Amino acid sequence: MFRPKSILAAVAILFLALPAAAKTIHVAAGPNAQERLQGALIEAAPGDIVEIGAGRFDLTDGLSLDVDRVTVRGAGPGKTVLSFKGQLGAGEGLLVTSDDVVLRGFAVEDSRGDGIKSKGADRIVYKDIRVEWTGGPKATNGAYGVYPVESQWVLVDGVTVIGASDAGIYVGQSAHIVVRNSTAQGNVAGIEIENCAFADVYDNLATHNTGGILVFDLPNLPVRGGGHINVYNNRVIDNDTANFAPPGNIVASVRKGTGVLIMANSDVSVTGNTLSGHATSNIMIISYRQPFTDAGYNPYPRRITVSGNTHGKAGFAPQLPGGDQLAGAFGGSIPPILWDGTGGPELELRVSDTVPVLSMNLALGAETETAQPALVKLEGPALARMPGVKLPESMEAAAQ
Amino acid sequence: MKSLAAALLLLFAALVAKPATGVNDAAITADGFASHLSDYGFFTDLKARTPAARVMPYTLNTPLFSDYAEKHRFIYMPAGRKARYQDDAVLDFPIGTALIKTFGYQQQGRFRPLETRLLLRRASGWVAIPYVWNAEGTDADLKRAGMRIPVRFTDPSGEVRQISYAVPNQNQCKDCHARAGAITPIGPRARQLNDGHQLEALVSTGMLDRVPADAPRLARWDDATAPLDDRARAYLEINCAHCHNPQGAASNSGLYLDWRQSHPGFLKRPVAAGRGSGDREFDVVPGSADASILIFRMESTDPGIAMPELGRATVHKEGVGMLRQWIDGMPRQ
Repeated sequence: MFRPKSILAAVAILFLALPAAAKTIHVAAGPNAQERLQGALIEAAPGDIVEIGAGRFDLTDGLSLDVDRVTVRGAGPGKTVLSFKGQLGAGEGLLVTSDDVVLRGFAVEDSRGDGIKSKGADRIVYKDIRVEWTGGPKATNGAYGVYPVESQWVLVDGVTVIGASDAGIYVGQSAHIVVRNSTAQGNVAGIEIENCAFADVYDNLATHNTGGILVFDLPNLPVRGGGHINVYNNRVIDNDTANFAPPGNIVASVRKGTGVLIMANSDVSVTGNTLSGHATSNIMIISYRQPFTDAGYNPYPRRITVSGNTHGKAGFAPQLPGGDQLAGAFGGSIPPILWDGTGGPELELRVSDTVPVLSMNLALGAETETAQPALVKLEGPALARMPGVKLPESMEAAAQ
Repeated sequence: MKSLAAALLLLFAALVAKPATGVNDAAITADGFASHLSDYGFFTDLKARTPAARVMPYTLNTPLFSDYAEKHRFIYMPAGRKARYQDDAVLDFPIGTALIKTFGYQQQGRFRPLETRLLLRRASGWVAIPYVWNAEGTDADLKRAGMRIPVRFTDPSGEVRQISYAVPNQNQCKDCHARAGAITPIGPRARQLNDGHQLEALVSTGMLDRVPADAPRLARWDDATAPLDDRARAYLEINCAHCHNPQGAASNSGLYLDWRQSHPGFLKRPVAAGRGSGDREFDVVPGSADASILIFRMESTDPGIAMPELGRATVHKEGVGMLRQWIDGMPRQ
């Protein structure tokens, strides 16, 4: 008796039983790059490698990957260049929406929106990636360079981002994050960790941005209550670029010459960093200062420890109301660490660096013009040493 | 092993081969994707796009704006199967359902199809795939990686437009159609289909189990007799809410735009808008369309700014005009 349905089922099972060896799909530079590269990213099966050859790929639309366990590998961030100068559609250069993806060894240039975004992409690895807007700092550059969001386990290692009009390396609404060995240069914010829990940010260079390293917690987002962030052994140097973020964005309020900025958040440790060349401040600790309606949101920085940092020149041209007089009053430069002075000892703030701290003595939400600056000692309890983020071995192996 | 695979492939091809007449159910439900639109048998005459039996045309009260493209929608369900009515969510369609949507423009007085997008309901869930029509309009080929097609057309106001029309790639289909990672249709909900006739017709042909007398009904965005607030919310729901919902592609923005939001984006600051903010402070400023980021992004065609992010190379003058009127008419807060 002929029963097509059961034969079909049997055939389907046989197909499934065939060994599905991981394969490498090669994509070379040349004409029709958009369709060939996007086609490879769609046809890749879990475990496959999409190998992008050396050369320049002129793309007309955003690329996207939605297959788990795929490695996208180029010949190096100086050799394999995905150029989005002629981009006509999509909000980013490359979008990743699948888990266990490894991106390594290529560059994304001049995307119209964000560079590389990964959303809901758990255990993603960004390794030896460059994202750059090649025309220098401009408000018309895309917002974020690398942009993992709503993800569990994120590794950004050996990444360079230049020219983002918001944040170069931006990790948002995620947990268990490592950002290391990376360079953020000429962005508004160099590295920004926003509404995230458990992040280690170390051995990075943030230079010539408006602000070097930002740790934020913002209201009215699906994920908030960020904290447990370790910022250590970074070089945060000469963040001296005028703010070129489009107004309306939170980073548009970052003052030129900011080294490390902690806003709201809890359990943040800033230790062993080298900070220098910041006209406003090497380290700022502030509350969220705008009105908000989110009842569950805590606008204060809590349990922040600053210790063992090396301070170079700072506070010599503070971008604050009355900044010149203030600097004059302190003999030319204000202290290199600033606190907005909002809240009291219950915040458990601690600064043990051997430099003075200036409090602005501002009430919550008060205008900066109402500041009554004065020196302050922040001697809250020392934060217990945080264990650090231990990534799954598969991620560390992929970054070797 | 290789030749076995080849043999199996042939066998597979033979099994899903097009039957002489009617819709090819196996092509809808089997793994993989047929190479041509004709393989499915949705149309008895593809060039004239005459639907086969059980392939029913339908319309939505307020459709997604897609660069002024004309869209022809059809729904197919296998014989003996019917959809289950749901008040709020998309109708619960049976395995084997196909949603067929052809996009095109009037050219020299005739409809020229550009692409047909399929949503196929398989045992494993929905899949979404695009097919691009040949120049003769006789068939359409599978185009998983999408493509761009230069198009010239006249918009409803008489303006001649020349655009690079984007056929989405398969991932982009999912960008809009994913809810919590799984692909789902967007349009065919009771409130979108309910025009006083369509749901009843589906019931009488046996394709829908029931329709309550008080089924919800979404306003038509261009119905000047409907309350402006209803029209605006209907427009935001179909054009924005597929991403701007807690389980959609824009979940991280915290901006939700489904029709039930009481104050969609009112005085909400942007999160990751970048230059999409257009130097404005809030997503929607009641009383001031000019100060609202939502309007700025809908009036832009720059890929780093434009919303929706996909499938919009032109500004929908009429749609944005209606939203401007809606925002400007709200009391200032």
